[in-house]
Amino acid sequence: MIAAYRHRLGRLVRRLWSRPRLDLPLLGALTALAMVGLATLYSAGDESLSLVGSQAGRFVLGAIMLVLVSRISPTLLRTWTPWLYAFSTALLVVVAVIGEGKGAYRWLDLGVVRFQPSELCKLTMPMMVAWYLHPRQLPPRWKDIFAVGILIAVPAALIAEQPDLGTALLVAGSGAFALFLSGMSWRRIALLLGLVVAALPVAWHFMHGYQRQRVMTFINPESDPLGTGWHIIQSKIAVGSGGIFGKGWHHGTQSRLEFLPEHTTDFIFAVFGEEFGLVGAIVLIALYAFIIGRSLWIAMEARDTYSRLLTGAIAMSFFVYVIVNGGMITGLLPVVGVPLPLVSYGGTSAVSLLTGFGVLMSVHAHRKLLE
Amino acid sequence: MPLRRRAIKDNRREAHLFRVRAYTGFALILLGLLVLVGRFFYLQVMRHDEYAVRSEQNRVHLRRLPPARGLIYDRNGTLLADNVPAFRLDVIPERVKHMERMLKRLDTVVPLSADDLKDFHRQLKQHRSFQSVPLKLHLTEDEIDRFAVNRWRFPGVDVVPYLTRHYPMGDIFAHVVGYVGRINQRELQQVNPERYDGTTHIGKTGIEKYYENKLHGEPGYQVVEVNADQRVQRILETHPPTPGENLYLSIDANLQKAAYKAFAGRAGAAVAIDPRNGQVLAMVSVPTYDPNLFVNGISQTDYDALLNNPHHPLLDRAAVGRYPPGSTVKPFIGLGGLELGLRTPQDTVNSTGVFYIPGQSRGYRDDQRGGAGITDLRKAIAQSVNTYFYKLALDMGIDRFSHWMARFGFGQEPGIDLPRQGEGVLPSREWKRGQTHQPWYPGETVIAGIGQGYWVITPLQLAHALATLADKGVPHTPRLLMATQDGVDAKVKPVSPPPAGASVIKNPADWQAVVNGMIDVVNGGPGTTARGLGKGFPYVIAGKTGTAERYSRKTKAYTNHSDLAALAKLHRALFEAFTPAENPRIAVAVVLEEGAWGGSSAGPIARKILDAWAKEQGLPDDTSDEPKDMAP
Repeated sequence: MIAAYRHRLGRLVRRLWSRPRLDLPLLGALTALAMVGLATLYSAGDESLSLVGSQAGRFVLGAIMLVLVSRISPTLLRTWTPWLYAFSTALLVVVAVIGEGKGAYRWLDLGVVRFQPSELCKLTMPMMVAWYLHPRQLPPRWKDIFAVGILIAVPAALIAEQPDLGTALLVAGSGAFALFLSGMSWRRIALLLGLVVAALPVAWHFMHGYQRQRVMTFINPESDPLGTGWHIIQSKIAVGSGGIFGKGWHHGTQSRLEFLPEHTTDFIFAVFGEEFGLVGAIVLIALYAFIIGRSLWIAMEARDTYSRLLTGAIAMSFFVYVIVNGGMITGLLPVVGVPLPLVSYGGTSAVSLLTGFGVLMSVHAHRKLLE
Repeated sequence: MPLRRRAIKDNRREAHLFRVRAYTGFALILLGLLVLVGRFFYLQVMRHDEYAVRSEQNRVHLRRLPPARGLIYDRNGTLLADNVPAFRLDVIPERVKHMERMLKRLDTVVPLSADDLKDFHRQLKQHRSFQSVPLKLHLTEDEIDRFAVNRWRFPGVDVVPYLTRHYPMGDIFAHVVGYVGRINQRELQQVNPERYDGTTHIGKTGIEKYYENKLHGEPGYQVVEVNADQRVQRILETHPPTPGENLYLSIDANLQKAAYKAFAGRAGAAVAIDPRNGQVLAMVSVPTYDPNLFVNGISQTDYDALLNNPHHPLLDRAAVGRYPPGSTVKPFIGLGGLELGLRTPQDTVNSTGVFYIPGQSRGYRDDQRGGAGITDLRKAIAQSVNTYFYKLALDMGIDRFSHWMARFGFGQEPGIDLPRQGEGVLPSREWKRGQTHQPWYPGETVIAGIGQGYWVITPLQLAHALATLADKGVPHTPRLLMATQDGVDAKVKPVSPPPAGASVIKNPADWQAVVNGMIDVVNGGPGTTARGLGKGFPYVIAGKTGTAERYSRKTKAYTNHSDLAALAKLHRALFEAFTPAENPRIAVAVVLEEGAWGGSSAGPIARKILDAWAKEQGLPDDTSDEPKDMAP
């Protein structure tokens, strides 16, 4: 028994140490993105090397996670999936219990690192949906759709209660993408979307004051120019004043003089737009488009339903980050705390994103084994 | 059931289905990213100009640089108002953790008055937390030393240098120069806020107030780059402020000092004017106060002391004090008799000691028991014979009388360049109707003839009238400002006086006749009212005394001349004089609130002012032979 375990463990360690078989175009694009992120952060953080250093440290940690996860076969990952899902959901419950009566509470302090269990859910959620749909006949039936709905709703509701509406929507979205990619019929999609729209007034009823405020401010930012509207106005000024070619690296006055709030985290895209202009923004968006396209291509090449749905959902979630953040800083969407992937300063997000790409790399590495 | 489903699970078909979905999804993603690019295009290209302007408005601010206040000099360049470096305590609120606790501790090191704290808390609300707020102005050496030792205990509190107004001459010029003080809310509403941005003080009284506009100067500005907290990051451009104009007053500090000293603390006022142009040479009001007390906020104790002083030191007696003119108006009335053709210099009246209006029983007395006998104009002025002027006033009638007197400025503001000046009262039919709805009685005309009754003058008004008479009837508006200067090194630019009016005198011989009488007042024989006052003076002085009763007489008895101290309680003493008599260059009016007789009490004060003036003219000053023992 022990010998068997030792044998399996040895195989796992050997595999982890073997030469990584990574998708080089994707890896290259991610590296380029991380470099752009560090450069922008250097400017946005007022040339603070410690800020850039700690972010680079997280990238290194994320890269290690990426390589490690890429060594784990999707099959093994699939067998772990229910446990990981249950674990992350349990952590959400723990946070909810600890955070009782403390207002917004999202963090678990592990002494060495503080991390948000909701970040873990961004990965475990599509895994769970893919796990559930993997053995079932696709397109999914109503019964399966309903079951998936429950799987999505429980963690999403816990996150929304923290309260963190933005992350809750992202987590729910990542599960929903898996469902979409599983081939659920358009009619049913339309029906469900209709239900969601109909449920919006109910959601409004359950929203926290600051969440409602954000939505209201989004509709008319100038109505509250010193409060929440300030973010949107200053962000639009930053982007708009950048023009076609931008003000140049570290010449963005909006961020340097601190008119732009959160300019190293959620609003770093505005700094980028201010300093590198429309040209820079197009290049960056193209880079994101490439990463998403490449990820979807990897998903299409995947060997089984679980891998396909999981990688596809990760790729599409990645897009949601970009569009929600980009929409927010340009005033298209309300202010929700969604970071720009691999550019915004922030530990958990960078590491969890790169871990997600580790899953993609794993799927890529194991694509031909069954064929 | 699960078995059957697993059996029909078609991986190939599912892969195809996924492929279609993935392509669809990617198409939607590209569409979304294109919308985002479109949004960037909209903001960065189509609305770029607007946002570029708003970004610049965020970044660049103007910061006012308050100008240095202009200095004030006397006519010889003696400094009357200066800007001197001083030290104050400033607090940067954001660096103080517990403001009230800190203030309490600080109070034990540097005493803070209730006013300091009140001002501080008011300003605290108007400043941003990183801007320093003055807590206590004008620290003493001792306070600076004590704070320096304890400084480590008070983070966010600092000793800061600044320029403060200082009046080197102190109380001697208090009423003329005035003082500046902290701008209050009401004053702030009356000025251009941009021009006063950063300015802490404003002229409150005197010249400081009247010429505030000239003295203030124009603020400069700095174009600075600020961050979102409005903290200055860089200075982009500096446009220095233009200091206020320096003012040269026509006052001669030496005359002013001599006049102030001559009062020896007795309440009263004196004004000296150059009759040729209306320039004020001296203007004192006694008692006075130290204007320096007001600059950085006067303490309640000091202020109470000034308010409770029975002699009201804050009152500018020279410009707004109200006094009966008494006999000082007789030369003007005598001149009126000649100019209106009612008298010739040779016409006489017989002074018997009492004058009666024909048909009335009430008698109007002369000062001398038994009267002065046959009296012409010269004697009437020299000996101040009441009966001559009773009769003359009656012959003129009140309407011609007040019309004539108005030409010398009686009953009107003199128009001097000071914020406050009185207009006095010139008795007239209209004036009385406005006041009491009563008709005019001839008896009131009679007593107006000796400067009694309703008649009220200010010392400045009397000096102005005298100066007008002295310059052969040409009225010059009294002026304090003589020249201005744009900077310490710039040229001094004379200020042209307001145009002089037309002479009120038609016949120069009339003027000479009146002046002859006034010369006799000072230089004449027995019976003249200021006999001996001109002794030892290098020029011929022409003058006139005035003694007005402070209270109405209760007895018909003639005044006992011997008890001067008792008389001083009852009389106001006035004296007016100009010199040289033939071509006057200075005219002085003196009012002593408690003086026994015009000649003996107010006269010497005028003489001392004239002596100081004579000394300025480069002539020997002969005061060793003080005039004594003068007849009333």
